[in-house]
Amino acid sequence: MPESYVPIFVFLVVNVAVAVLIIALSTYLVKRKPTAQKLMPYECGMDPFGTARKRFSVKFFVVAMLFIIFDIEAVFLYPWAVVFKDLKLFGLIEMVVFIAVLLLGLFYAWKKGALEWQ
Amino acid sequence: MEALFFYLFGGLALISSFFVIFLRKPVHNAVALIFTFFCLAGLYLILGAEFVAMIQVLVYAGAIMVLFLFVIMLLNLEEEEAIEGRGNKFRRWLGGFAAVVVFLLLAPVWLMQALPVVKGTFPPEKVQELGNTVWIARLLFTDYLLPFEVASVLLLAAIVGAVFFAMKRM
Repeated sequence: MPESYVPIFVFLVVNVAVAVLIIALSTYLVKRKPTAQKLMPYECGMDPFGTARKRFSVKFFVVAMLFIIFDIEAVFLYPWAVVFKDLKLFGLIEMVVFIAVLLLGLFYAWKKGALEWQ
Repeated sequence: MEALFFYLFGGLALISSFFVIFLRKPVHNAVALIFTFFCLAGLYLILGAEFVAMIQVLVYAGAIMVLFLFVIMLLNLEEEEAIEGRGNKFRRWLGGFAAVVVFLLLAPVWLMQALPVVKGTFPPEKVQELGNTVWIARLLFTDYLLPFEVASVLLLAAIVGAVFFAMKRM
């Protein structure tokens, strides 16, 4: 089984090599004439304001937390899909119960306004 | 061949975990940790555990690290604070002590020449036939059905906890 991953490994190695090559070439071949304009962080054509080290709202954290939880739910769906045909109706009921419990959580977050963004 | 890849991924994991410890900026540490997770996924692949390897990348390198980065951004350690934290004598001794304890725990394994071979219910040859994912799925959705359903309650508790504590401040 691990042998079938050799192409992926080769792909990764080539990727890393190309990335390192491009960065190395553009670092060593380029002539630098830095000006204040050039060294400014690029921000979609706008002049940047403030620093990047600002405190973030806890709202982002809640969204990240919900993302992780439903990501783990999705992880359980992969092996379930693999054996779905063997499990028949029993498997479907199992997964419906699992997702129903998590849906409660989603409704709670919804009710509490964790998904609102104003 | 297998040994070569083991040393490659193991070595890279070691090097990148050194970076996790010694780089000075928290975000850089986090990126080094992502790289460590990818190397660990490689090690799992060598063991024939494709499912665990993919989950390592999806959940750890993907989701958990997002949370780590958020915590770094939420706390927003200034450079001075970070350096001050390093100077804390007590923490250094505690860290050193923990490292010694872990080393002593692992030393017997290192000294052992060969582990006694005891074949379990799922030797590699049997797992290789159908693949790791199928076996995990079969066990998870039959023998370990209750732990699987209980896991959903655990996740529910996590949602309620996170939302409750975050919304209390709003």
